[in-house]
Amino acid sequence: MKAKYRFILAACVLGLLMTGPFALTAALLFADAKDAEREAFAQFLLPRLPLGGLMTLLGFIGGLILLRSLFQQYVHGLLRMAETLRLMLGANHNFRVALEGPPEVRELARAANHLAQQRDELLTDVGEQIRNAKATVEEEKNRLAALMSELAMGVIVCNLDGRILLYNSRARLQFKTLAQGPTSMSGGALIGLGRSIFSILERGQITHSLENIQQRLRKGSAEPTANFITSTRNGQLLRCQMAPVLRTGADSTTTASVDSLPPNLPPAEGGDSTSSQAAPAQGGSATTMLGAELHVTGYVLTIENITRNFEREAERDQALQSLTDGNRAALGNIRAAVETLLDSPEMESDIRARFTRVIADEASAMSGRLEATMSRFADSLKTRWPLEDVLGIDILAAAARRIDERLQLPIKHEDQDAELWMRVDSFALIQAITFLASRLQDHYAIREVRLRLSAEGRMVFVDLIWSGTTISSETLYTWELEPMTVGAETSPLTLRDVIDRHGGEIWYQRDKAAHSAFFRIVLPAAVTPEVPATDQAQHLHSDSRPEYYDFDLFAARDAAGSGIDPERRLTDLAYSVFDTETTGLQPSEGDEIIQLGAVRIVNNRLLRQEIFDQLVDPVIPLKPEGIPIHGITEAMVNGQPKLDVVLPAFHEFCAETVLVAHNAAFDMRFFQLKEDSLGVRFTQPVLDTLLLSAVIHPNQESHRLESIAERLGINVIGRHTALGDAYVTGEVFLKMIPLLADMGIVTLRQALDASQRTYFARVKY
Amino acid sequence: MSHRILIVDDEPNIVISLEYLMKKEGFQVAVATDGEAALQQASAFAPDLILLDIMMPKKSGFEVCQALRADPALTAVKIIMLTAKGRETEVAKGLALGADAYITKPFSTKDLVAQIKSLLG
Repeated sequence: MKAKYRFILAACVLGLLMTGPFALTAALLFADAKDAEREAFAQFLLPRLPLGGLMTLLGFIGGLILLRSLFQQYVHGLLRMAETLRLMLGANHNFRVALEGPPEVRELARAANHLAQQRDELLTDVGEQIRNAKATVEEEKNRLAALMSELAMGVIVCNLDGRILLYNSRARLQFKTLAQGPTSMSGGALIGLGRSIFSILERGQITHSLENIQQRLRKGSAEPTANFITSTRNGQLLRCQMAPVLRTGADSTTTASVDSLPPNLPPAEGGDSTSSQAAPAQGGSATTMLGAELHVTGYVLTIENITRNFEREAERDQALQSLTDGNRAALGNIRAAVETLLDSPEMESDIRARFTRVIADEASAMSGRLEATMSRFADSLKTRWPLEDVLGIDILAAAARRIDERLQLPIKHEDQDAELWMRVDSFALIQAITFLASRLQDHYAIREVRLRLSAEGRMVFVDLIWSGTTISSETLYTWELEPMTVGAETSPLTLRDVIDRHGGEIWYQRDKAAHSAFFRIVLPAAVTPEVPATDQAQHLHSDSRPEYYDFDLFAARDAAGSGIDPERRLTDLAYSVFDTETTGLQPSEGDEIIQLGAVRIVNNRLLRQEIFDQLVDPVIPLKPEGIPIHGITEAMVNGQPKLDVVLPAFHEFCAETVLVAHNAAFDMRFFQLKEDSLGVRFTQPVLDTLLLSAVIHPNQESHRLESIAERLGINVIGRHTALGDAYVTGEVFLKMIPLLADMGIVTLRQALDASQRTYFARVKY
Repeated sequence: MSHRILIVDDEPNIVISLEYLMKKEGFQVAVATDGEAALQQASAFAPDLILLDIMMPKKSGFEVCQALRADPALTAVKIIMLTAKGRETEVAKGLALGADAYITKPFSTKDLVAQIKSLLG
C-alpha cells in the first residue's frame, strides 16, 4: 500500500516537473508583455494550444510508463524477494529466490540464495554431529549398564548429599537379602534412585571415609580411596570401598597454564593456542594441578558381603591360635617334665611315673589338636579385615576433632611422631579413642586429655593421657568388654573387639613422676612410603578416567532433596504411587487392608523395579463378594505378615516422597485408622489422580481409573492387584503433569490447592 | 634362709614340673591355681618371687600383676610372667604392667632357673 502511495506521489511530482517550468515561463512572459503583444500572443497561441496540450500529455504518459516500470522492477521486485526470503527462513528451507528483474536485483537474489545454501549445509552438519554425539552417549550408557550388571560386587553411586544416583542389581540383591522380614518389603526397597544411602549405611562411617579421602586428595595421594567394614541391623558384615567422583575443573587447568606463560609472550591466538601452551604448562603442572581445586562431587561405593568370609576368618584365627598358643603350653609342659626327668636321676619311681604320664598326656593332646585344627583349617579362606595404612598423626587429629565435637572435652597433643604409619581400621580406632575419653569424662570427671604417639620397634603406641585422678586397674577390664557408646551412638563392637581386630593390646599405666595416667593402645606399625609426586599428576587428569564414566549424573544433585517443599515443581519431586486392596469399602466399619502395592516415580520416570508388593493377613475373614473383584483368597493371605509389620515397612518405603493414589481419601482413611495402634503416621503430602482428573477434565462424566487411562491413551493390564493399579495410576499421573502445566498448575502447592477446589474433594469415608 | 617362690598356674601338668624343679633348687614353694588364690597367697605366703601364668580362671595374670604392683607392701616381690601368650604386644603389656621378666612357653628349665637366681640376686 505504501508503495502505491509513493507511486502516486511520484507521478504528481513528474507531472509538475514536466508542465510547471513551461507554464511558469508562459505566465512570466504574459505578465511582462504590453496589451498589443498579449493580443498577438493570444492570437498566435490559442489556436495551437490543443497541439501543445496533446504533446505534453503524451510526454506525461510516457514518463508515467517509465516510472511505473522502474517501480515494478525495483520496489515491487524487492518486496517480493523479501517475502520469498521470509518463506525460506521459516516454512520452506528448500525454497529459492527466482532470478528476475534488473541485473542489480538479480545479483542480490543470487547472493541471498548462496547464503541460504550455506545455512542449509551448516544445519545438516550440526544435525549430523548432534546425532553422532547422542549415539555415542547412548552407547557409553549401555556399555556402563552392561558392565555394572556383570559385576560381582554391589556398586552404588551417590552424590555428596548421600542420594543414590545409580546402583547395580548386585547391590540391590545384597541389601534385599540383608533385609529383615519378608523380602518383598524393605531392604531391597530401601535402595533406590534418589533415596538416602544413610538408610542402609551408617552416616558416621560415610562422612569419616569422605573426610579421609579429601585429606588424601589434598596431600596428592595417588589412590584416594577408603575402606571400611560396617555391620547391618541384623549383624551382617559389609566391606565397603569408597572412591571419590572428581570434577577436575577444566577451566582451572587452563588458567593455570595461562598463568605459567612468560609475561612477554602474548596470549596465543586461534585454535592452536592450547597446543602451543602445552609445553610451558607441563613444567608447572605437577604443582598447579595439585593446587587446583579438586571437587569431589560424589562417590562410588563397592560393597561386598563378607559375613561368611569373616566367620571363616574367625575360624582360621582360632585354628591358628590353638596351633600356636595351645601347643606352646603343651610343649612347655612336656619340655619342663623331660628336662626335670633328665636332670634328676635320683627321682623316685612313683614320681618318675607321674612325670612320664604328663609327657604322654600332653603329647597325645597335641596330636589331637593338630589333627582337629588341620581339618578345620583346610576349608577356611583367606580374607582379612581391611586394615589400611594411615599416617598416625592423621588418626590422632581426626580423633581429637571427634572428641572435641562429641564431648566438648578440651584435648591437647603431646609428642607426636609425624612419620609414623600404622595399619588400622581408622573408623573403629577413632571410635575406641573417643569411647575411652567419654568414659573418663563421665566416670572420673576428667577435664582435659592429651594424645601422644610414639613407636618402639614394629609397634606404635597411642596414649590417651590425663592428669590427677587415677583409676583402678579393674575399670579398664570392664570397659574393654562393653559395647562402645558415645552419647547416643552405639557401636556393635567392644573395645576388646577393636583391639583384637588390630592384633594390638591395651592397658592402663601410671606415670607417677608426671602425676598422670594413661591408656596405651599398641598397634602394629606399617611401612608406607609417601607416594612420589610424579605419579600423581596423571591420576588427577580427568582424562585418565575410563570413558564410560562420562555421565551427567551429578547434575541430579538435590533433585530429590530431603524435605518436601510445596513450592517445588511437580516434575522435580519423587513420588510413591500406591494402591490397596481391602476386604470391603467401609474402613470405619472394620474393613481391613489385604494387599499393598506401590511403585516409585523419580525424575519423571516410573521406576518399575522399585516397588512394594505385599499381601496382608487381615485377621478378619474375607467377604465372599469381594473375592471375584480382587482375586485374593483366604489361602493367599494365610501366613502372610499382618499390617503391624507391613505398614511400618511401607512407611519406610514412602519416606521423603509425595504419596499418589487414585481416590486417595479412601486408602488414607485405612492408614489413619491404624495410626494410633501402629504408631505410624503418614505426614507427607498426598495427590489424588481422581481429583486431578476432575481439575483437568471438569466436564467429563467418569473419573474412574479405567476411563482416565483410556482418555490419556494408556494400556491397562493387570488391573485389580494393588501393584497393577499402582502402575496404572503412576502412568496416569505422569501424563497429567504436562496437562496440569498447560493450566498453569506447576508446583505441588498449586496441584494440592486445585484438587481441594474440586467437588470430589468433599467425599468422606 | 631359702627364698620363697609362689607358682601361679591352673595347669597341673606344668605345676608338677615347676614345683619339683623349685624344690630341687632348695626354694620353699607354694602353688595357686587361679588369680584370686594368687593374690591371697601373695600376702599369706609372702613370696620373694612369683611365677605367673596369664590365662587363668577368675583373674588373668595381667590383672594379678597390676594388683600386686599397686600394693605398696609387695613392692619387693619379683614377678616372672610364664605364659603361652607370645605375641610382641603381649610381652610389651606384661613388662609395662610391672613384670620383671617375661618368659614364653616352651622354655628351657635351665634358663628359667638362671633367670630366677639372677632376679633373687
